[in-house]
Amino acid sequence: MSNHPTIVFHLDTRSDRPPFRQLVDQVAGAFERGQLRVGDQLPSVREVVRQITINPNTVHRAYRELEHLGLVEGRLGLGTFVVEAVESAPREYRAQSWRDTLREGVAQARSSGVGDDDIVLGLQSLLSSDAEVRS
Amino acid sequence: MTGDDLVIETEALTKRFRRRTALNECSLSVPRGRIAALVGPNGAGKTTLLRLLAGLSKPSEGGISVFGKEMSTMNVELRARVGYLDQDRPLYPWWRVREILEFGRRINPAWDTEFATRHLSRLDIDLESRVRDLSGGQRAQVALAVCFAKRPELILLDEPASALDPVARQDLLHDITELFADNESSVLMATHAIDDVAAICDYVIILSQSRVVLSEDLDYVLESHRFLSRGLDDGVPVPRGATVLQELRTTREVTYLVRLAMPLERDGWRIERPTFNEIAIAYLRDQHRSTPAKSEFGEEAGATP
Repeated sequence: MSNHPTIVFHLDTRSDRPPFRQLVDQVAGAFERGQLRVGDQLPSVREVVRQITINPNTVHRAYRELEHLGLVEGRLGLGTFVVEAVESAPREYRAQSWRDTLREGVAQARSSGVGDDDIVLGLQSLLSSDAEVRS
Repeated sequence: MTGDDLVIETEALTKRFRRRTALNECSLSVPRGRIAALVGPNGAGKTTLLRLLAGLSKPSEGGISVFGKEMSTMNVELRARVGYLDQDRPLYPWWRVREILEFGRRINPAWDTEFATRHLSRLDIDLESRVRDLSGGQRAQVALAVCFAKRPELILLDEPASALDPVARQDLLHDITELFADNESSVLMATHAIDDVAAICDYVIILSQSRVVLSEDLDYVLESHRFLSRGLDDGVPVPRGATVLQELRTTREVTYLVRLAMPLERDGWRIERPTFNEIAIAYLRDQHRSTPAKSEFGEEAGATP
């Protein structure tokens, strides 16, 4: 086991994402890229605070959120670990941001004067053309 | 939130000096266990407020409660639980760091020399060096360590990173989070560097014109403000529950920075998320705003041509 942390966080202070969400995104992203695997231990809050300039409450909050999403599990006295359920959890996590993106897209279409019927038609044609590509 | 969760609560706190009012009916609260930022332009009353909270000066009117007890200049026991770091970071230039720690031990009952020594050795600051031979950044770090060595439950920092170069500044902010993590305390930090707030704070108080215009969780601040844009011809009224902080116009489009009091009806608006920097600047610029609830509903703002 090396002494290097399983993940090194970074915080964009000029981002519109709340800091704890940035950390959640980074864990989910590292897992998707295969940089973080089931059984890996996340650095302790104290370790993260030593590594980078961050409020410990932000790390706590991110870890709580990750637990809530089923990506990690806090084991009393041992630490926080990436868990098996992670295989399905990021998909669910992605689903939330996917809905947000869609919502923004709809708002954008409406604000440029596209009617709801046209939006539905547009989405249908998009899905069917995508289905053709996939099959 | 109950009173037990608050480290600071002020009620209509006013401080007048001979010629001017430095703080005007300031009511605010700070939850326990946070690094809270006190943001405002120079002369907004930040230092005055911190000195009142530390029990170093007397209010003209209003009350201050710290840990649920009435703060006063006479309350020695309560004052001992509060650490205050002056923005000038006063340290005698000819003293050795070790002598400062020794002096601190003699005048503070709860002084933790080991805590300060451990922290300073982690920073490679030699205890035998004299203050005058330290860099500006190191001096700030020693002053901070001395402040935390009292082991106070509440730490008030007045512009702790002012006049430091970017690296020293970053190091000091890092020290604050490390000391905070080790000490299980609450911090209130006055600053006008908005980037520092986004880096380490999780609660924000904005003072403008001697008044509190915002006092909230940083995450909540980010979630409750949005940019709303639309074409000038669209004629969509500003949504209900949205308070306009700032208006930007182009030839064909208008963009509002709004504070949302309820979930947004998205119809007709292009929506973007502002950064904390953009939000803070909007509050600091808004000179005429007296309270954040001034125009809680959109009718007034929606009526603008």
